[in-house]
Amino acid sequence: MNNDFKPELVEAIIDANLGLERPLLPVLHAIQEEFGFISEDAMRLVANRLNITRAEVYGVVSFYHDYRTKPAGRHVLKLCRAEACQSMGSEANAAALLTRLGLDWGGTTEDGRLTVEPVYCLGLCACAPSAMLDGELHGRLDAAGLEFLAQEAA
Amino acid sequence: MRIYVPCDAAALATGADKVAAAIVAEAGRRGVEAQIVRNGSRGMFWLEPLVEIVTPQGRTGFGPMTVADVPGLFDAPGQHPKAVGLVEEIPFFAKQQRLTFARCGVIDPLDLGDYIAYGGYAGLAQAIKLGPAGICAEVKDSGLRGRGGAGFPTGIKWETVRTAQADQKYVVCNADEGDSGTFADRLMMEGDPFSLVEGMTIAGIATGATRGYVYIRSEYPHSIRTMNKAIARARQAKLLGANVMESSHDFDMEVFVGAGAYVCGEETALLDSLEGKRGQVRAKPPLPALVGLFGKPTVINNAISLLTIPVILEKGAKYYAEFGMGRSRGTMPVQIAGNVKRGGLFEAAFGITLGEIINDIAGGTASGRPVRAVQAGGPLGAYFPPSLFDTEYDYEAFTKRNGLIGHGGLVVFDDSVDMAKMARFAMEFCAHESCGKCTPCRIGSTRGVEVIDKIIAGIEPEKNLSLVEDLCETMKLGSLCALGGFTPYPVMSAITHFPEDFQKPAMPLAAE
Repeated sequence: MNNDFKPELVEAIIDANLGLERPLLPVLHAIQEEFGFISEDAMRLVANRLNITRAEVYGVVSFYHDYRTKPAGRHVLKLCRAEACQSMGSEANAAALLTRLGLDWGGTTEDGRLTVEPVYCLGLCACAPSAMLDGELHGRLDAAGLEFLAQEAA
Repeated sequence: MRIYVPCDAAALATGADKVAAAIVAEAGRRGVEAQIVRNGSRGMFWLEPLVEIVTPQGRTGFGPMTVADVPGLFDAPGQHPKAVGLVEEIPFFAKQQRLTFARCGVIDPLDLGDYIAYGGYAGLAQAIKLGPAGICAEVKDSGLRGRGGAGFPTGIKWETVRTAQADQKYVVCNADEGDSGTFADRLMMEGDPFSLVEGMTIAGIATGATRGYVYIRSEYPHSIRTMNKAIARARQAKLLGANVMESSHDFDMEVFVGAGAYVCGEETALLDSLEGKRGQVRAKPPLPALVGLFGKPTVINNAISLLTIPVILEKGAKYYAEFGMGRSRGTMPVQIAGNVKRGGLFEAAFGITLGEIINDIAGGTASGRPVRAVQAGGPLGAYFPPSLFDTEYDYEAFTKRNGLIGHGGLVVFDDSVDMAKMARFAMEFCAHESCGKCTPCRIGSTRGVEVIDKIIAGIEPEKNLSLVEDLCETMKLGSLCALGGFTPYPVMSAITHFPEDFQKPAMPLAAE
């Protein structure tokens, strides 16, 4: 993934979604998919092309948990913190991992390798605890399994 | 040899792809001709990945499978250590009444021929015959109530949209299944997606809506992919688009992907999100049925409600209404999750008791310790202690016990749970997910976390407990939607049923 802002790529994304009834969210999803985050330059361009204010675009970007305004690490590990995973000990496992990595929720390791984020339910509640690493799902993740997963993401 | 390996997200999360690859490799090594079908999940998650081999007696299962278990499938399947016998005779499965989920885990989810062979599109054919008013009457007679949690009669909602006058109407499917402990929508979107296409098409014909949206949360990437493929295939087969199934009705639909906001599961916030805005709750009235998406009349239903429509039309309202109890007609897909021995999806007629589900069907906790609490209905649902396990699964029976069925989730906790912590989490979650529009939810949840923290620290517990109670009353009565309005359910039920967890030894006065 290349984080550099490329206006022509953003333009192409907007063009591809202009036929939709309300293209803003799909456009933002695609920009984040392409660049890993949504930069201020990208927001400015989107506002301009969709003929809405920058405040509206910023309001949407900051409202939804999915959207990032800064690049994440090379790998993103989302750990479920919802009740079903809690009932199987997810909080203690997550706390141990975060302590070892020296991170808070949402933090990225110094080498830019891994970002650890909370997620509230992946729908794997009968095989808890669960996590998603770069879009891949993992269930029945005990402390050792989680540690293995975090190390695997090199 | 015909072998089924599920492609459901829960199966994939527990290694189904690796198992499928190992089966192909092993078959190749042995020169056995193996046809692998990637089905949905049967919903017996403690067995996932659950591999099924077709035999003259029926489909026989093996699970939970690992790559190391694969060679044994080809040696002596009868003696395989992971053999679970005929899948449909497993008590957890055999005890169910699968109406909505009849095809889930059985068919190849994206094989339209398979879908039709198992009764698919019989409901739509019947709907076209009945016409809009006839369909609405049928749905009303079935007694189907909204499966998202509110329990509003679906047929009445449809009738309101049908009789509304507008140049454009919409069908919106709420598949923003954010409640912890629930996965019914996901299971069906990945295991039987054409059912949702068919259900939404019927809703469109019934109400005169020609456009539909399925709002799927971004946390469900597999559901998004499968639904997109199913929609494309249905369109190709002229089951979507102009003159659906050679009728005079037009209907088409698309997937809309959410962006990680729990509150968008609330119907009006969902509509704002679909319109490309922040997902903020709207005040009602006006009802979405009259002023919904883009200000047009809109049917907005939970995915499970829409997924149940085809079977109601196929088998008739009377057939469906014969299941259930009281004013809760038909079946409910109960989702058993958390610290549980046999977790999964259990579709049964209303009326089964909580204790039967947790103790008999699910077999108690996974940890083997005693069950202490069950949260019913997601993060906004009440915690039930075992002393209330005689509660029958029924909208009204749950209300009487100060709880709710919600979307059908049950999260089991063993005796190591700290209920003061869970009450705090309920407030914290509400603060995290509040859309910010109304004050009781936006501010109340943050104040709630602070006050519960004081109770946990032993600071004036009695005074602070009554403050929490007062705060909950305000949130319940003053919030615009169920997020702020129902957060008091988990909080108050934890305080009421588990008071001992809130009585920490009082902190000694600060030493001078």
